[in-house]
Amino acid sequence: MTPLSKMFVPAARVLHWLLAAMILTMLFVGIGMVASVSARHDWLVNFHKPLGIAILLLVIVRVVVRWRNPPPALPADLPALQKLAAHASHWLLYFLMLALPLVGWAMLSAGGYPVMLSASLRLPSIFPVGPVGFAVLRHLHTWLALLLFVTFLAHLAAALYHGLIRRDGVLSSMTWRRRAGDLTDE
Amino acid sequence: MQDLPTAPHAPPPGRIGAWLLIASVVVATAGAFAYVGGWLTPHRLTPERLVNQLQDNAGTFAGFRRNHAKGVCVSGWFDSNGAAQAYSVAQVFKPGRTPVEGRFAIPGGNPYAADSSVPIRSMALRFALANGQQWRTGMNSMPVFAVGTPEAFFAQLQATQPTAATGKPDPVKVAAFFAAHPETGPFRAWVRTAKPSASYATESYWSLNAFVLTDVQGKRHAVRWRMVPGAVATEDVAQRAGDADYLAADLTRRLAQGPQRWELQITLANPGDPTNDASKAWPDDRRTIDAGTLVLDRTEPQDNGGCRDINFDPLVLPDGIAGSDDPLLAARSAAYANSYLRRTSEEAHLPGTPDARRRTEHQP
Repeated sequence: MTPLSKMFVPAARVLHWLLAAMILTMLFVGIGMVASVSARHDWLVNFHKPLGIAILLLVIVRVVVRWRNPPPALPADLPALQKLAAHASHWLLYFLMLALPLVGWAMLSAGGYPVMLSASLRLPSIFPVGPVGFAVLRHLHTWLALLLFVTFLAHLAAALYHGLIRRDGVLSSMTWRRRAGDLTDE
Repeated sequence: MQDLPTAPHAPPPGRIGAWLLIASVVVATAGAFAYVGGWLTPHRLTPERLVNQLQDNAGTFAGFRRNHAKGVCVSGWFDSNGAAQAYSVAQVFKPGRTPVEGRFAIPGGNPYAADSSVPIRSMALRFALANGQQWRTGMNSMPVFAVGTPEAFFAQLQATQPTAATGKPDPVKVAAFFAAHPETGPFRAWVRTAKPSASYATESYWSLNAFVLTDVQGKRHAVRWRMVPGAVATEDVAQRAGDADYLAADLTRRLAQGPQRWELQITLANPGDPTNDASKAWPDDRRTIDAGTLVLDRTEPQDNGGCRDINFDPLVLPDGIAGSDDPLLAARSAAYANSYLRRTSEEAHLPGTPDARRRTEHQP
């Protein structure tokens, strides 16, 4: 392994932080809009849909970038259980990032709603209209979103643990600048 | 060179501050999420609380809408004459025909209420535009709504909740509500003279809320609309005494004789007319466009009719029609979505939902 491969490639880092901001926004918009009867409800819903599709597209790009540029290996001395947790939680994150927009899109299709991304831009329906499909997908959307939020919290805590406690370069492999001493060749 | 795999880490002592920081960040993020989701503020008005209150007032009838529970499906089409094109780019206003699915209903959450129990009827429509966009609207047979805000509507529901002792609302609470809400004046004046109609077909249906049309130049026009019936009321309601379900039978009988028609009249606001308060009517002299004719030629029971699985959310709108600053619109949209999820979950027999078969226990 060359030392340079110990950092994520720039495209991966840009996508990571962009998606982090978008997904965190999305989770708060989603949980907020279903708990609101104010005018916020309407504009949050109208923001949620195009943002969700934008996330879906960016996650697909992120998957391609990751596939072409394998991420740096975890520190060899990381306990096996933590390595397993790191790998499993990343698989889960990618699954949820792809599944949530698709479930949301399918759910609106099943409910017979036109899937409008703006006043005039409409996506095609991707699921047959019916109450059972709608109800299952609508609940699934909520539960997957809550699971994504919990997974995000674990990811956040783990990143800070690597950055503040272990100081093993895992966090800085995704940031812009190495702290002095983390990586001598930069 | 901390990254060297050969350098084993024993967590150095004195990192308590770092651990506390990590815990604080996680707890703060989770707390913000819980706050935004309403879990830390049980008194905030949410769609959940609004629909719970509807259930408290009328009972829970699995599989049915939580308000306007009793109704029938209808279908037909809208023939646009092109007159509204000057104000809105919506495809539905170009000359031509748009298919319509709809529903007539009476207010309240009890699907077995007598048709004569309320003087109000409602018409909900879904226009399916050729470009795949939709226009959904839920209208009522009165010119003004009782209140102008979701908070006042919730207070009205609370005040009119039947008490356990009498099964009727507490008159003291009802009087206190109306005293505290003078904006209900125009609605109360209307309701004093209103009688339950013998037919859905002879009623006018008002949008109540204001909307905004956008023309081809991008200019915005605040409007309200109503459906004006071709049929004229002739029958005295007294003849219907003893029959709780005369509205559906009347509609079937009329449609057997021929389609029923309404004119879509769109009223343009003058500058200064309130667009954010459905409890206030606009003056009668406002410019009104006759946009075309709604023709309904078919009715089906709601149990399996085409309207059953439609959420008539008034904010499902095509390009060229948008919501106004009326605060009731977002509340209706949010509460309808909540009601729709409850009843579709019941239809799907999802765990934790009331059994839809229970509906038979309430049947007269």
